Amino acid sequence: MTMADLLKAEGIAQDPAPQFDADPLAAKQPHFAARAKHCIYIYLEGGPSQMDLYDPKPTLNRLDGQALPESLLKNMQFAFLQKETARIMGTPRKFAKHGECGMDFSDLLPHLATCADDLCMIRSVHSDQFNHVPAQLLMNCGSAIAGRPSMGSWLCYGLGSESRDLPAYVSLVTTGRGIPGGSASWSSGFLPSSYSGVLFGNEGETVNNIRNPAGITPHLQKSSVDFINDLNRLRTADTGDSELASRIKAYELAFRLQSSTPELTDLSGETQATLDMYGFDRKEPKINSNRGGKGLFRAFAYNCLLARRMIERGVRTVNVIHSSWDHHSRLDPELAHNCEMADQPIAALIKDLKQRGLLEDTLVIIGSEFGRTPLGENRPGYKKVTGRDHHPGAFTILMAGGGIKPGCVFGESDEIGWSVQQNPVHVHDLHATVLHLFGLDHTRLTHRVQGRDFRLTDVAGRVVQEILT
Amino acid sequence: MPMVFRIALLLILSLPVCAAAAEPPDFAQEVLPILSAHCFACHGPDTEVREAGLRLDVRQDAIRELDSGVAAIVPGSADESELIQRLFTSDEFSQMPPPETGKSLTAQEKEILKRWVEDGAPYAEHWSFQPVQRATPPRVSGDAWSRNEIDHFVLARLQSAGMSPSPPASPQTLIRRLHLDLVGLPPSFADVQRFVSDPSDQAYERIVDELLASEHFGERWGRHWLDLARYADSNGYLGDELRPDAWRYRDWVIAAINNDMPYDEFTIEQIAGDLLEDATMSQQIATGFHSNAMKNTEAGVDKEADRVIQTVDRLSTVGAIWLGLTVGCAECHTHKFDPITHQEFYQLYAFFNNLESKKLVLGYRDGKSESPKEIEKREQQLQKLVNRIRRQEELLGPAQSALLDQFLVTLDKPTSRRTESEKEALEHWLADLQTDTNKLLTEYESLSHQRPEPVEIVAQGMQESRKQRKTHIHYRGDFRQPTQQVYPATPQFLPPLEKRQEVADRLDLARWLVQPNHPLTSRTAANHLWQHLFQEGLFRTEENLGVAGDPPTHPELLDWLASELVKNGWSRKALIKTIALSATYRQSSRMTAELQQRDPENLLLGRQFRCRLEGEIIRDLALSSAGQLNPEIGGPSIRPPMNKRLTSISRNQGWDVSKGDEKYRRGLYILFRRATPFPMLTTFDSPDSTSSCPSREFSNSPLQSLALLNDPVFFECAQQLGNLVSQPELVEGDAWIELAFHRTLSRAPSQEEMRLAQAFHADLLHSLEKSKTADLQAIVLKPVPELSLQQQAARVLFVRSLMNLDEFITRE
Repeated sequence: MTMADLLKAEGIAQDPAPQFDADPLAAKQPHFAARAKHCIYIYLEGGPSQMDLYDPKPTLNRLDGQALPESLLKNMQFAFLQKETARIMGTPRKFAKHGECGMDFSDLLPHLATCADDLCMIRSVHSDQFNHVPAQLLMNCGSAIAGRPSMGSWLCYGLGSESRDLPAYVSLVTTGRGIPGGSASWSSGFLPSSYSGVLFGNEGETVNNIRNPAGITPHLQKSSVDFINDLNRLRTADTGDSELASRIKAYELAFRLQSSTPELTDLSGETQATLDMYGFDRKEPKINSNRGGKGLFRAFAYNCLLARRMIERGVRTVNVIHSSWDHHSRLDPELAHNCEMADQPIAALIKDLKQRGLLEDTLVIIGSEFGRTPLGENRPGYKKVTGRDHHPGAFTILMAGGGIKPGCVFGESDEIGWSVQQNPVHVHDLHATVLHLFGLDHTRLTHRVQGRDFRLTDVAGRVVQEILT
Repeated sequence: MPMVFRIALLLILSLPVCAAAAEPPDFAQEVLPILSAHCFACHGPDTEVREAGLRLDVRQDAIRELDSGVAAIVPGSADESELIQRLFTSDEFSQMPPPETGKSLTAQEKEILKRWVEDGAPYAEHWSFQPVQRATPPRVSGDAWSRNEIDHFVLARLQSAGMSPSPPASPQTLIRRLHLDLVGLPPSFADVQRFVSDPSDQAYERIVDELLASEHFGERWGRHWLDLARYADSNGYLGDELRPDAWRYRDWVIAAINNDMPYDEFTIEQIAGDLLEDATMSQQIATGFHSNAMKNTEAGVDKEADRVIQTVDRLSTVGAIWLGLTVGCAECHTHKFDPITHQEFYQLYAFFNNLESKKLVLGYRDGKSESPKEIEKREQQLQKLVNRIRRQEELLGPAQSALLDQFLVTLDKPTSRRTESEKEALEHWLADLQTDTNKLLTEYESLSHQRPEPVEIVAQGMQESRKQRKTHIHYRGDFRQPTQQVYPATPQFLPPLEKRQEVADRLDLARWLVQPNHPLTSRTAANHLWQHLFQEGLFRTEENLGVAGDPPTHPELLDWLASELVKNGWSRKALIKTIALSATYRQSSRMTAELQQRDPENLLLGRQFRCRLEGEIIRDLALSSAGQLNPEIGGPSIRPPMNKRLTSISRNQGWDVSKGDEKYRRGLYILFRRATPFPMLTTFDSPDSTSSCPSREFSNSPLQSLALLNDPVFFECAQQLGNLVSQPELVEGDAWIELAFHRTLSRAPSQEEMRLAQAFHADLLHSLEKSKTADLQAIVLKPVPELSLQQQAARVLFVRSLMNLDEFITRE
C-alpha cells in the first residue's frame, strides 16, 4: 500500500497525493468554466496621459492656468509637483467619438479608435502608489513589495501550459529607456522559476541561450542531447530518483524549444498585407528625445505580430512591454511620437486576432501603472511647464476579447480627471477580474509561503461583473 | 502541499499509535496544527477579526460560556461542546468552518478534535516556544549502525516505524558529497582515489577536518548566510544603483565563518555591532547586514514611506532568521497564528526605528598624480568655460544663475556618484537648453572629470541616529496613522529581556536572542546547519517555527543539536562536524522501491537526500572541471560575460565584463543586481534578494538545460576541458574518456557508460566529417597538432555532454 492509498483509505486525502516529479506546467483544470485561455498584456510603462488619450475633459481646457481648490490637493502626494504653485494644464488634443458605441479617443490614436466596438475602456482605475517601481509591482504583481509572483506567473501556476514546444509565459520587451522594476514585472517571485516569464528581446532575439555555440549543428545538438539522456536513464536505475525523469524531459523540451523557435520567428509565411497592417515598414518621424522611444517602430510592430503567433501556438501569457511613457516634460511631442509607434500595431493585433477567431478566448489588456496629473508639472528647475506628474487617483485601462464586454465604457473620473467619480476599479479588482475570466477564483488561487497563503489580490479584489459579457 | 505533508508526517510518526485508537491525541503535535490551519484566522489572537467573541488559542477563553449561552469547549464532553457539534453538523448555516471559507476538516481531523475534547481538552504551549530539552539519546538494542548520538535518535524513529537505515554511500559518492557540502567544489580524482584506497573512519574524519579548515568553507557556508541576509550589490527599484562597497559585508561573513566566529558573537555583531563598546571597524562592517535592505531612490519618492518599509524589512529579517517567525504578519494586525500582538510588533520595530546608514571610511587610495602646472592649466580652462556658459542668454538672471551653480556641482561629480534625482533633474534641465549651451556644458563636464581626487575606501554600516524618533503603533500598518506610543520590548511569550538602561536598545535585543535559554535561536541555527547537510531541515517549513509551521520530524534530535550548539560555545564548525561524522549523514541517497513506498519524502531519514546543486555551485563545478576556476577569495564583485540585452531592460544598463581571469571566479562573487539579476543564477533558482530566503527552490526547467548546453561560460568550460583531454599522451585509446569522467564526475565510467561513450564518440566523428573547417575551428579553442580538428571537436562535444549530466549538477 502506498502512502497515498493509505491516506485515501483513512479518508484523509480527498485528492491524490502530489506527484513529486510532476511537471509544474502540466495543464490544470480551472475552478470554473473559463472565458479566456490566453492573455496578451500590452504594458506601456511610465504612465501615459489619460486626458490626452482616452478621457476627454473639456473643463480642463476651460480651467487651464488656474489653481486647483485646496480641498482637492489636501492629503495628495506627488513625485515632483509643487502643490502650492501648480496650475491646471489643458490639452491641445482633439477628441472624437468612434464606433457604434461612441467611444472617445484623442487624435493621437486614430487606429485604436477603429477598434472601439471591440474594446472596453475603464476610466476609473485607481492605484495606491505614485512612484514607478512600487506602482509597477502593484499593477503587475499585486503588491508594492517586491518578491511576489507576476500576474502571468499566477495564470501559469493556476492553469499550466498548453504549448508543448514553447514557454507558457513570454515577455516581449521593446527596450527603450529601460524598465524601472527590471525583470520583477514577469518574475515568478516566490513561486518556482518554472512559472517565470521568459524574456524575448527586440526583433530576432528570443530565449536566452537558444542558439547553439558556433559550429554546432542541430544534428550534433540532437545526438548530444540523446547521449545525455541515455546516461541520465542509466543513472535513474542506479539512484532510483524520479527527479531524473524530469531532467530527461527538460532536455527533450529544450531541444524542441530550439527547433520550434525559428519557425515561431520566421515571418516568411505572413502576407505583405499583414506586415503592412502591423506597420513593419513605417517611416519614423524625427524627434529630439532622450526617453528611449526612438528607433523602435519596427521592433514594436514585430513584437505585436509575434504575440499573435505565440497565442496561435498555445502560449498562455504574452507581455508586450515598451518604455517609457513617463512624460514629465515635453509631453506633446513625445506622447505623439510614442502613439505613432504603438497605435497602429496594437490596433492591427486586435483586428488580426479577431479575424482569425482568436480574440474570443484571448484577453487583451492595454495598461500602465498609473496615469498623469491634470496639473502641469512645475518641478523646481523647470523653465517651462510642458508635462504632467504621476497620478494614481484616476486613470484609464483598455481591455478586449476573452469574455470582456465589447464597446463598453466603464467608470467615470470627475470633471478634470482628478479622482474617480463613479464605479471605482482598484488594481486588485482588475486582477480579480482577469483571474475570473480564466476560470480562477482569486480567493482560492493561493500559494503558501512563510506560513501564510498568498494570493494575487492580497486580501482584497472584486470581480467587475459589469464589464463581462 | 504543507498540509498534505503534515498529515503524512502525523500518520507516519504515529503509525504504532494509530493501532490503539484510545490513546488521547497530543495537543502540540496533532491538535494545534488543525486548530491553527482551520480556526485561528477568525478565532485566534487577532481581536479585530475575531468572530462571535470566541478565541480558541487560549484554553481559558475557549471553555468560557459565550454570549450565546453555550461554550465552544466543555472539557470531557464532546456532546456539550459547541465546537465539536458544529464540526460534525451538516447544517450549512451552523457548520464550522463556514462553507464560504473553502476550508473543511477531514474525518480524521474531526475525530482527533473530538477525542481531544473528551480527554479534557488539555492545552500545551507550542513546541518551539518551550525551552530546549536535551534528551538522552534512545538506545536501540543490538545497534551496530550508530556512530554518534544523532544516529540513536534517527535509528529509534526508523525502528519504531519498522524501517532500517540505508547502507553507507560508496567512498566515491561520500567524498564528493563532503566536498560539495562543505566547500562547494569537487574533489580532485587523486583525492577520490586516496579515499577509495583507505576509506577508514580516520581518513574520513581527516577529510572533514581539512574541508572545515579550507578557506572555501567560508564561501560555501557564507553564501547560505547571504541568502538569509538578502545580500545584493544594488539598491533595487528604479535606478537600481550599485552598492559598490556591499562586498565588504559579504567578505566579513566569509571571514567570520572561516574563523568559526561563535554564533552568538556573529549574531550580536550583525544586529548591533555599532553599539558595542569601542566597536572595531570589523564589528561596524558587520552591521552592513541591515544595509542589505532594498532602498528606493526614485526621484520624487516618499522618503519616510521607504524608510518605514526598510525598517519593517529589517525587523522581518531578524524575525525570520533568529526567531523563525513571520513577525511581519503583525505589521497590520495582531498575528493570526503566533502570539505576537500588533503592539508587540511595534515594540520590536522600535529597536530598528532609529537606524541610519553610516559610511565607514577604511582608508584612502591616491588619485592619479599630476604636476601643479597641469592642474593650474586645467582649472584656468574650466574657469574660461564657466564664464562662457554664464554669458549664454538663457542662463542670465539671478534665478537661472543659481540653477547653473547647482548643476555645475552635479556635473563635477562622476556619473556613477550622482543620485537618481540629481540625474533626473539634470536631464530635464539640459533638455530645455539650447544646443550651444549643451555643448559647452558637455565640454565642462569632461574636463572637470579629469581632475584627480583622493578616493575614499569605504564600507556601508549602520548606526543609531543622534536624534531619536518616537515609535507609535501604525493603525493597520499605515505609518500616516500613528496611534499609541510604544517603547522597545520583546514579545511576552518569550523569555524576558534584560536591559542595560531604562530604554532597551538593539544590543540588548541581540544579546537577548543569544541568551542560552532562548527557545528559538539555537533551534533555528541548528536547523539551518542541518538543512544544508541534508536537503531539508528537521522542520521543513524552514522559515516558520511558529504555530502555522510544520512540526519537526525529529523534535528530540533537533533539541539535542540545539543544545549541543550552545554547549560547544556556539561553534558551527563543531556541529557541522558532528553531523558529517554521523552514520545518518553517510547513508546512500538511493531511493529504493521500499523507501518510495514507505517514506517517499524521507521524513524518517532512512536515506540521504539527492538534490540538485545551487546555480553558483554549478558554475564553480564547470570551471573546476575545466581547470579554469580562479580560487581567489573575496574582493569586489565580478561581471562574467552575458548577453547585453539582458541588462538593457532596466535603467541600470551597463555591464562591463570583468577582465582577465577575474571572470573565472566563483559564482558567489557575481555582481547581483536586483532589477536584472544574473540570468544564469535566476534560471537555477537563486533568491531574488528582496527578502530573507531560508530555503531555495530547486526547480527543473528546459532553460536550465539551454544554459548548460549553450551559455558562453559553460561552453568555454567544455572547450577548455576538451583541450585538456586532447593532450599528446591522450591521443590513443580511451584514456581521454576516463579522464573526462574523472574530471567531471569524480569517478570512472561503468562498462555500460564506456560502451555508450564510445558509440557517441564514433557518431560525433562521423557527423563532424561534414563540418566546415571554420565551424570546427569555432568549436576547438586551442588546436593541438596531434589530433585532427574533427577529433578535437568531438572531444569538446563529448565533455560538454558530461557537463550536462544530471549527476554533474547533483549532490548525491
